[in-house]
Amino acid sequence: MSPDVLHRLAAVLPAGRLMSAPAQLAAYESDGLTAFRARPLAVAVPETQEEVIALVKFCSAAKLPFVARGSGTSLSGGSMPIKDGIVIALNRLNRIVRLDPAQRVAVVEPGVINTAISVAAAPHGLHFAPDPSSQTICTIGGNVAFNSGGAHCLKYGMTSNHVLGLKAVLATGEVVEFGSASREQVGPDWTGLFVGNEGLFGIALEITVQLLPRAETFHTVLAGYRTLELAGDAVSAVVASGLLPGALEIMDALALEAAVAAVHADYPAGCEAVLIVELEGPREVVAADRVRLDGILAKSGAVEVRVARDAAERGAIWKGRKSAFSAVGRLSPDFIVQDGVVPRRRLGEALRKIGEWSREAGLRCANVFHAGDGNLHPLILYDGSAPDGLERAEALAGRILKMCVEMGGSITGEHGVGMEKRAFMPDMFSAEELACLKRVRAAFDPLGIANPGKMFPAAEAPALTQHGLHPLEKAGVISRE
Amino acid sequence: MSAALAPASPAELAEAVKSAPRVVVVGTGTKPRLAAVGDDVVRISTARLRGIVEYEPSEFTFTALAGTPVREIAAALAERGQYLPFDPPFAEVGATLGGTVAAGLSGPGRFRFGGLRDFILGVRFVDGEGRLLRLGGKVVKNAAGFDLPKFFVGGLGRFGALAEITFKVFPRPAVTRTLRLPAADAAAMTKIMTNAANTRWELDALEAAPDEGVAYARLAGPAVALDALASEIFARWPGEALVEAAAGKFWRDVGELAWSHAEGTLVKVALTPQQVPEFVAAARQTAEARSWIGAGGNVGYFSLPAGAPATTLAKAMLGRNAVTLRGTAPLWPGTRTKFEVFRAVKAALDPQGKFPGLDE
Ligand SMILES: Cc1cc2nc3c(=O)[nH]c(=O)nc-3n(C[C@H](O)[C@H](O)[C@H](O)COP(=O)(O)OP(=O)(O)OC[C@H]3O[C@@H](n4cnc5c(N)ncnc54)[C@H](O)[C@@H]3O)c2cc1C
Repeated sequence: MSPDVLHRLAAVLPAGRLMSAPAQLAAYESDGLTAFRARPLAVAVPETQEEVIALVKFCSAAKLPFVARGSGTSLSGGSMPIKDGIVIALNRLNRIVRLDPAQRVAVVEPGVINTAISVAAAPHGLHFAPDPSSQTICTIGGNVAFNSGGAHCLKYGMTSNHVLGLKAVLATGEVVEFGSASREQVGPDWTGLFVGNEGLFGIALEITVQLLPRAETFHTVLAGYRTLELAGDAVSAVVASGLLPGALEIMDALALEAAVAAVHADYPAGCEAVLIVELEGPREVVAADRVRLDGILAKSGAVEVRVARDAAERGAIWKGRKSAFSAVGRLSPDFIVQDGVVPRRRLGEALRKIGEWSREAGLRCANVFHAGDGNLHPLILYDGSAPDGLERAEALAGRILKMCVEMGGSITGEHGVGMEKRAFMPDMFSAEELACLKRVRAAFDPLGIANPGKMFPAAEAPALTQHGLHPLEKAGVISRE
Repeated sequence: MSAALAPASPAELAEAVKSAPRVVVVGTGTKPRLAAVGDDVVRISTARLRGIVEYEPSEFTFTALAGTPVREIAAALAERGQYLPFDPPFAEVGATLGGTVAAGLSGPGRFRFGGLRDFILGVRFVDGEGRLLRLGGKVVKNAAGFDLPKFFVGGLGRFGALAEITFKVFPRPAVTRTLRLPAADAAAMTKIMTNAANTRWELDALEAAPDEGVAYARLAGPAVALDALASEIFARWPGEALVEAAAGKFWRDVGELAWSHAEGTLVKVALTPQQVPEFVAAARQTAEARSWIGAGGNVGYFSLPAGAPATTLAKAMLGRNAVTLRGTAPLWPGTRTKFEVFRAVKAALDPQGKFPGLDE
């Protein structure tokens, strides 16, 4: 790309908001998946929706690829830049445009941080349900692009289930408004199609989300088991009972060990697995449901069952859980986190295989996962300085993903395909199905300039360099789930 | 009108789509206006495309062929203590699963956990070129590929022919309580709805019958808890609890939109709770009009007797987004914003215009 293009591009924005000096670009070279790196031509920092629209129109006219970026916490390389393109950093579009407690909706710009919505809604007894572990740092724009999840998906769904409408500038430069502030829609669900597009359709400018009343009461239980199978069986028993917990999470021995080391979490001794179950709702409902839950857990062969007696004890249980991944990361110089999904009834089998294959590969693998929805997060530890360390880890990760597909699950539950899993899309979809997805993409982006190279299998992948903690994890600001 | 084709499998559906230049898929005709297109369009019936393909109670998922009656699915789920929490409407009169998806209709239960769009997980469909494709997933959580399953919700089958659909389901609550809460006027009714939605109660459904001047709240969960919650609600708004049999009939009637003019026009309107008083006032000012409010004030239904002039309807819509389910009124009696990308996506899925466009 000629310097002339950058010159003309700089003129689109007020002075000083297009960065192209190498030192300025360094911070944008990768996202949460630090193995992938690329240096963009420039980083544009718009402050208004009009500026974003002008930038995208410019890119469309100049056939200049662009990557929208929120906080860059994507774990699949989704917000990694394009070498010959620009990054459009959306963090300054961070206004909460409207908060309407009576209708329980908020209209926000894409750079608003996930938790900022709940913080703003809290005085009205409301909250924004999607809660990725990165929620104190990731943006709603990134959540929308990836249809991000969290610990409460079984009951409350993903980001998409909470987005009622949005305004976006498509890669063609067309500005569209999908959906509305109503929870019901008429006609095709364009909003639903846009959410989860991984930045391949255009840039979300304004997002209308629904807010939910905060649950009155929580009943949080931690149960320790001698084996992972017993913990898995307990999950099945809870699910079969007709209870609908807000969260059902499991941590294995290695994850427990790490959480103990990192945040001094305290777990029953001698356990290979810990199950966390949380009921929530009006106090009368929780009081009735907990009797049933306690009965099920009492018969589940648990070594010990602990009930959080107050908010502090509940907080401690969640702190251990939410810090587990970054804690595991501290046990090893490098790691890969996977995000496959298996049918819940095959969780035990999947975990057994992951254990066997890790031993075969001579790698350690920790498991912390959303047991309620079969969403695994195996964390493969390796040493990137060893000659074939990364290759062995990647091979194990690939084997796990293929197993997920073979079991009837998915290659990604919430982290998206991005750069990392694009080679596995053909395992899930036929050539005709991929062609269909590509045609839909082309309808939104005929020139292929919005986040090109992601989601779809491609010929050349950038060289892998190294895995490791996200800089913010190292700083202890966020933790990974 | 051409004789209906009646495929019995997804492969046969693909053949049927290929067999004629223009086709439209129809279920049992509970929302006839949605498929009322020109006589040159061959009708493909899903009457034989029925049956539950897979049901895994432990996974909270099932997959069924598009022509399966919702009632049949509800019965199979009920045997295992599960249900579709969004209460698909017109179940009793034979609505099919595919027709419900294409129409994008959810019933009272959508108030609590979301509507049909929030429970659909995957689809197998035939595109305009006759290709049988599967998108989305079969597990409760999946983020691979664009979310075309959601896009088909409300798409009226104009972008593809649904063959098979996978849904997430939930355990059915033990019992329900139905509370009848009379309101002085539309403003008071709206106030009950917005206030009741923002409480600790976690209501299961919240509807209102403007013609009757009553809001209806439903609680669902363990029996011991519900009585306490019901008393608290009555302390705030006087009313009465319906006895079980009456409540059962009431919700069945709501599900069939039994209050509407049976032979007349029935329109669905997307609303915000704030717009409810205006919507109700417009209905009041329209001779013989009847209306209903659902989803805590997020959807309005409007009905006119057969033969009412189209202009009457258009006026009552106040320029909102609306779709006609039954009757001879225009398909989109309110406003409909169109963007260039709409045409492009239609061309991506159906380049030859095999299925009618949304404006036909
Ligand atoms: C420690 C850690 C924990 C995590 N835990 C979870 C978890 O529990 N659950 C989960 O689902 N994910 C989790 N993630 C992944 C990540 O946080 C989410 O994917 C998040 O939504 C990304 O937000 P972001 O603002 O960082 O987006 P970015 O990484 O900047 O961008 C993500 C994608 O969105 C696109 N994008 C960004 N803004 C827009 C916009 N306005 N319009 C269109 N496209 C846009 C980008 O192009 C990119 O493709 C975790 C990540 C980390 C590092």
